[in-house]
Amino acid sequence: MSKIDELIKRFKEIADSPDRYVKNYIDETGCKAVGYFYYAPQELIYAAGMLPVGVWGGNIELSAVRSYFPSFFCSVVQTSIEMGIKGKFDYLSGIIIPANCDSLRTMGQNWKVAVPQVEFISLVQPVNRKTEAGVKFLLSEYVEIKKALERIAGITITDQALNNSIEVFNKYRETMRCFTSVAQNYPEIITPSIRHAVIKSGQFMEKTQYIGLVKELVAAIKARPIQAWNGKKIVVTGIKMDSPELFEIFEDNKIAVVADDLAQETRQFRSDVLLAADDPMERLARYWATLDGCSLLYDPDKKRGDMLLEAVRATGADGVLFCMTKFCDPEEFDYPIIKKQLEESKIPHVYVEIDLETGNDEQARTRIQAFAEMV
Amino acid sequence: MNDQKEAKEIIRELMEKHYEDAIAAKKNGELIGWAASNFPQELAECLGLNIVYPENHAAAVAAKKAAPEYIAQAEADGYSNDICSYARINLGFAQLKTCAAQELPMPDYLLCCNNICSCMVKWYETLAKELKIPLFMLDIPYNTSYEVTPSRVEYIKEQFKLVISQLEVFTGKKFSEDRFKEVMEISSASGRAWRRAMDAMASTPSPMNGFEIFSYMGLVVCNKSRKETTDVLNQLADELESKIISGESSFKGEEKHRILSEGIACWPYLGHNLKTLGQYGINIVGAVYCKAFEKVYSNLDEMAVEYATVTNCVNLEKEVKMRTDIIKENNIEGMLVHYNRSCKMWDGFIYEMERRIAEETGIPIVSFDGDQSDPRIFSKAQFETRVQSLSEIMDQRKEARKGNR
Repeated sequence: MSKIDELIKRFKEIADSPDRYVKNYIDETGCKAVGYFYYAPQELIYAAGMLPVGVWGGNIELSAVRSYFPSFFCSVVQTSIEMGIKGKFDYLSGIIIPANCDSLRTMGQNWKVAVPQVEFISLVQPVNRKTEAGVKFLLSEYVEIKKALERIAGITITDQALNNSIEVFNKYRETMRCFTSVAQNYPEIITPSIRHAVIKSGQFMEKTQYIGLVKELVAAIKARPIQAWNGKKIVVTGIKMDSPELFEIFEDNKIAVVADDLAQETRQFRSDVLLAADDPMERLARYWATLDGCSLLYDPDKKRGDMLLEAVRATGADGVLFCMTKFCDPEEFDYPIIKKQLEESKIPHVYVEIDLETGNDEQARTRIQAFAEMV
Repeated sequence: MNDQKEAKEIIRELMEKHYEDAIAAKKNGELIGWAASNFPQELAECLGLNIVYPENHAAAVAAKKAAPEYIAQAEADGYSNDICSYARINLGFAQLKTCAAQELPMPDYLLCCNNICSCMVKWYETLAKELKIPLFMLDIPYNTSYEVTPSRVEYIKEQFKLVISQLEVFTGKKFSEDRFKEVMEISSASGRAWRRAMDAMASTPSPMNGFEIFSYMGLVVCNKSRKETTDVLNQLADELESKIISGESSFKGEEKHRILSEGIACWPYLGHNLKTLGQYGINIVGAVYCKAFEKVYSNLDEMAVEYATVTNCVNLEKEVKMRTDIIKENNIEGMLVHYNRSCKMWDGFIYEMERRIAEETGIPIVSFDGDQSDPRIFSKAQFETRVQSLSEIMDQRKEARKGNR
């Protein structure tokens, strides 16, 4: 087995069963693990000597969650609560749930009732992110989260520990940007499912260990000659694209994902925490103001579409796939404007709806095939 | 007394005037703002801005059965039918720009406030982009703790100041502290008058058919900072109080059962809902709105807290308390819940709320599926069956109570 194959196998194992990795990590190190959604400050969890674990729902049949949510709620929220009720997150010592949309607002409230064994840690990020008042408010939220994490970990988070944590995460982000930019030249090695597995596993693994493995992978791929790709190249946009069926359709149709604009993937590492202040807590609070291009981040200019067009230009992609998480109203509000922008720029696009419980819609294959023939 | 118009009639006229004035202002070349229903009206009133409320407009359009055309337009533009129907009606209107059922002047700027839901942010962001006009955003963060934290009050107050200065620059109008004090007083007086009118429903039988709340609340949403609003709400409260004394009520027939109406009205079927409840002698004598519009305050800190403690902005425990208080105070025997397909914020924790309310008060709770303004969701048959069953349970409980005496 080549070095590349070995590394890929490792990433796939972790991406497919993160529970096993996290439980082993807890057993081996004696450290605790804390879950987080979307853009919660993972640096604080890490600085408290705990493992940050990304929670993005999963493929699980919904039953117990039906007592908390009507059926028309997004499946990230619904499947996460279902998993929580079924005890699948019992290894977590807490979970940070933000309030960026109405489903998340109510999710936090339901979590504390439905999954009491995993402590709900509240995070309400300001909508007016770029104002000083917003930064100050977020700082106050982070102070409360820091207290909760210190209590759970039984330690005090020092400025030094937090600065170190920020450096580790900046290193992680830089490494991931390097990975995605190299990977786009090797679509025959880094297929869409492998690309996803590499990125996804970073949300569970201990960061320095993960950075080391990704760097090894990047070095090993770069040692290979770049080959001409005779398939199609696309950029995907949405909250997440975690569907084995979709990856299969891509691979059957020789479609490469050359860049993504997904909340679970590139949006996690698009920009770094800057040296905007001496106080590391303030640095973290200011980071939230620098993020852009996500349906959960207030932006009256809606720059997401422009950023997407730029990604298409930069990668020479043939088109865009809008991966709609079913019942995600923030994404539903963004879609028509992005669609219009893509049409005006004559960039072909295809729309696919995904549901974590039931898988993607049946017409996805036909639609993607037609799209691949058209571009 | 006889030659004086009833409050109900004056409220209807004031609402008509609200739209007529805005349309006239637009014709005169004045700037028009579209505002979220819970954007602090005091700020706009102080600056003398011409504001209309798309949520109120969407409800009016739906009540006049004109919603489908606008919903169809929004959906044709790519807006999913999963999106709030008020937003869809408004986004459709933003394209079509005219509506015979209720005209609305097109905006020059937008005033958004997200205390009632996060959906407002996406809706107004979309309008700003589609119409290429400025958006002034007031973020009232969701309260995960029972009380509004001091950091929230501080953040909200800073934004009041920011929005005021931004609006001064944009509109060229000046904010005056004296005028602000005056407006706060008027608003608070309206809040007190509203509370007095709503308190009248605590009386058994209630002097009012509860469906009237839905026609009165529009005025509070649109114009609570105006003297004429305070006056007419006081008149309404006076009328209701004299009806209590004379034993009259606008509820037709015997008030057999007293219920809490939960959720936004199902506007396209309001007449049907009224008739169905009427058949069983069921009167609405409480809704969470009764408390939501009682805002009374005398300074910026208190105003920030008031705007942060509206329904859908507070945590589960406080939401439950808002309802159990009304149930206890107004002698309520049952609860009818509208699972409003449009409102994820409302539906997202209503199941747990119901369990807690039932446990604390012991009243029967029955639900129906519907939508505030998309007529395709509601089913008359389901509503009738559910109301019938609620009525039967309440009858049984009443009999049991009699038997126990």
